[in-house]
Amino acid sequence: MRIKWSGFILLAGALTVSVAAHAAPPSMEMLSNACAGCHGVHGASAGPSMPSLAGQSKIFFINTMKSFRSGEREATVMGRLAKGYTDEQIAAMADFFAKQKPEYQHTAINPALVAKGKAVSDKACKRCHLENGKEFEEDAPVVAGQWLKYLQIQMAEFSGGKRKMSEKKAENVKQLSQADWEAVAHFYASQKQK
Amino acid sequence: MTMERRNFLKLLGAGAATVGLAGCATKPVQYVGGRKVVVVGGGYGGTIAAKYVRMMDPSIEVTLIERNDHYISCPFSNLYLGGILPNLSSLTIKYDKLATNYGIKVVQAEVTGIDAASHSVMTSKGVFQYDRLVVSPGIDFRIEEIKGYNPEIMPHAWKAGPQTMLLRKQLEAMKPGGTVVLSIPLAPFRCPPGPYERTSMIAMYLKQHKPGSKIIVLDANPDIVSKKGLFLKGWKKHYEGIVDYRPAKKVTEVDNNKMTVLVEGLEEIKGDVINVIPPQKAGQIAHAAGLVGPDKKWCPINPTTFESTLLKDIHVIGDSSIAGAMPKSGYSANSEAKVCATNIVAVMNSREITEMSAVNTCYSFLSAKEAVSVTGVYRVNKEQNVIEAAPGSVGVSPDLSELEAVYAESWIKNILTEMSS
Repeated sequence: MRIKWSGFILLAGALTVSVAAHAAPPSMEMLSNACAGCHGVHGASAGPSMPSLAGQSKIFFINTMKSFRSGEREATVMGRLAKGYTDEQIAAMADFFAKQKPEYQHTAINPALVAKGKAVSDKACKRCHLENGKEFEEDAPVVAGQWLKYLQIQMAEFSGGKRKMSEKKAENVKQLSQADWEAVAHFYASQKQK
Repeated sequence: MTMERRNFLKLLGAGAATVGLAGCATKPVQYVGGRKVVVVGGGYGGTIAAKYVRMMDPSIEVTLIERNDHYISCPFSNLYLGGILPNLSSLTIKYDKLATNYGIKVVQAEVTGIDAASHSVMTSKGVFQYDRLVVSPGIDFRIEEIKGYNPEIMPHAWKAGPQTMLLRKQLEAMKPGGTVVLSIPLAPFRCPPGPYERTSMIAMYLKQHKPGSKIIVLDANPDIVSKKGLFLKGWKKHYEGIVDYRPAKKVTEVDNNKMTVLVEGLEEIKGDVINVIPPQKAGQIAHAAGLVGPDKKWCPINPTTFESTLLKDIHVIGDSSIAGAMPKSGYSANSEAKVCATNIVAVMNSREITEMSAVNTCYSFLSAKEAVSVTGVYRVNKEQNVIEAAPGSVGVSPDLSELEAVYAESWIKNILTEMSS
């Protein structure tokens, strides 16, 4: 009798466990909170080389994750991590981060370079990175207020050919010198909350 | 006998029917319990569980109980041993901002017992009642498996703090041309790539400060547990003649006077500094509470909610839990805490629970400027009801990378900020 009862309890226990697997598909919060270890709470990065995702353009987020996943965009960890998500999950995360309030990092920047960067931006960037990088055209990212270090890494990857550009971007930036790229990084990093 | 059997089946049938109904119901169970969550342990898992419950539902009362008034991160503490970090202050967090910003009641106390029946946690500062308890105690050591083990003489430095400082002092005091012995336990242990990162960091320190010295690595495992190719590459590139790696060498005994370790009780190896990382198990309080499974080491959990399969309303996260394919890492604990918090909040608000989705990213330094990573995205395999990796998401860096070292620095900044403010 005793044995039977414990057997019953064990079986019942096993059933309870399998019931717990009946759950809704992972919510956008469930998916996106897992990114915060590197990208900060709700996508507001506290690490100077890590991009903030808060307030990022939905189209840009989706395109970026898919190009990481396919290997089209070169990456360190993101190429591997992106493979863990379906199109639907990527879209849910894009929704989540697009809804978050953008974070402006106010990195220490060089004022002379900011002025120079504004001129570069006016000439080469502002047709896609609208409102000093706070808004975007089509598939361009929000770049204003990102950490300087992060922007510098990306600028170096663009100018060095490691990160591919759209034809439009390649055409717009083809005249830029190394100094121009550096200046424009300071300009976008200097942006303050709207 | 027949009668008994029939009754038993009847009971089982009734049980299954009830359960099945709940499982297929469109409306989740109406929650009638209280709104008190207690979290035990203020490390990578506990801080995040406490914070995310409050972030997602400020009507839930959260108490975080931790024995210390601060926490020192194990991730990155090898960089202090290597001399890259001058001290452990950048790896130390306090709980004051977490308490103020999120209204978490932080109690500095030693947990002495957990009583699942009465939903109470006994501590050095009194008894705390909970409706849901989250236990995140990290690891403890199976010191009984190493005869003569004394961490004051042969530090483990596998919980960051005084032990890490002791090991560094010993390295600093060692004469040039000396021998460091590092003993690695059988897996699973906290931070699978950690012992090999430590090997790299100690080797770097020896190369720079103690010419002619070497490090003998005695690994109980048949091979390097994590990022093997990358560590071998890094050791060849930077520490040729300094790292002497020996697989399948299980240390079973030490002699603190002779400063030797014994492999399988037979082969004696002498060191000037000896870093013994003992085999591990769930934190002591998990054992005392009855949360540990038949392996007598780790805590079985429901992979969707991290609720103990042994005790109702108690969740176990982080190193102590059996989390399937997820490694015992700081990032895993962080991600598990959010899964657990999300579903506790769902239950307390009579909402349907959510399938888990979690991430792990672990960086290891090979030199002052190069790091490598291992990644994974995790989910529940519904047929087997265990946590598995999403295909393609688990992998290591193609090579040693300076860029990954830069990203690693931001990782530690982000994750410690998340835990402390």
